[in-house]
Amino acid sequence: MMEDAATHDQSSWFQATARQRLAGLLDPRSFTEFLGPSERVESPHLHIFDLPRAFDDGVVVGRGALGGIPVLVAAQEGQFMGGTFGEVSGAKLVGLVRAARDHKDLPQTVLLLLDSGGVRLQEANAGELSVAELMRAIVQARCSGVSVIALVGGKSGAFGGAGLTAATCSRVVVSEQGRIGVTGPEVIETNKGVEEYDSRDKSLVWSVCGGKNRRLIGMADAFTEDSMDGFRSAVRAQLTHVARLDLATLQAEQKRLTARQEKFGSCEDAVSMWKILGVNDPQSIPDMDAASFIKLANGIEDANHDAR
Amino acid sequence: MLTLYFKHTAKQRLPGKKAEALIGVVASGNLEVLLERVLLDAACEVVIATPVVGYDATWEAVVAEFVERSSPGGLRISINDGGARPDTVFLRLMQGCALMESV
Repeated sequence: MMEDAATHDQSSWFQATARQRLAGLLDPRSFTEFLGPSERVESPHLHIFDLPRAFDDGVVVGRGALGGIPVLVAAQEGQFMGGTFGEVSGAKLVGLVRAARDHKDLPQTVLLLLDSGGVRLQEANAGELSVAELMRAIVQARCSGVSVIALVGGKSGAFGGAGLTAATCSRVVVSEQGRIGVTGPEVIETNKGVEEYDSRDKSLVWSVCGGKNRRLIGMADAFTEDSMDGFRSAVRAQLTHVARLDLATLQAEQKRLTARQEKFGSCEDAVSMWKILGVNDPQSIPDMDAASFIKLANGIEDANHDAR
Repeated sequence: MLTLYFKHTAKQRLPGKKAEALIGVVASGNLEVLLERVLLDAACEVVIATPVVGYDATWEAVVAEFVERSSPGGLRISINDGGARPDTVFLRLMQGCALMESV
């Protein structure tokens, strides 16, 4: 079912569908889908709202290989209902991570191709529940030695439950277009006022939520250009860098987050954070090409903390 | 939601051995098409689920034109529609057939 692939190495990750991303990321013909579209495991709720369903409920799960290393994969389709967590789409993600946790003969690396605005409002209770179950499953899987790597570079970003999910992963790989957050810009503006956060100021929104800032302040472990090849090589490089999750890791992470809050708590925008990080010319970051940015980010201590 | 069902007999079976293929996504102005090689001989069925009512005749015409052009014998085609225009529908159907014929 991976034939939907006019994909090649330089194709945009941002523009691609979930299935095209899997075709571009994994080794050719290595992918086997679980609960594929012909099984029609669809949302039982959407028709009540007179909304169309998708044969895979917007999540593709399966196994494959990346550079010869076996992996389990899940990809959210950000174009379908904003890639949201519903009863079925959520259960597919949870089931995949639990399978890695419980069956040591399965690949012990899980790649989550996140592209989601969060919980699907039409099935909110089931969606919220599945986010909680997914975070628990990821932590348990990591404790049992599984690496869970989040890939963020889709149109819907990783917000709400997807942002929380990214934060529970062993490693996060992001592109410039990949936004990560919990509460979206419009919601912050609605609740806190336009003085707090102007959601129409796109350069502010992207500089705060976008991949470059997330990489610089240590929310993402690797940055890539927006391409299939970029994500493939960035993920491959991370596969060998995953530390085991234990008490010491969590304590180090807590320490790191406390320090980050102290450091950046009073910043009004992303540029002032980059100034504190010691970037010489922080204004130049938004226009910087991927290769120069990766070099810059790799040289910044706060961006490369090993905790998580 | 509206469900439409069309049954045709194509001129011939669609070449190729691929059992199934999926093309497109359910998004505004887009649709997903699932093609399965499950029918006998030159039979072809198209099942459409759409939230947009009142375009039955347009769907019928697009499907008939598609069957005439690509002769998708043996296929059951299922569509989840997100309000796609007829040209997009036709394009996806043709792309789906090309996938089923590819190696």
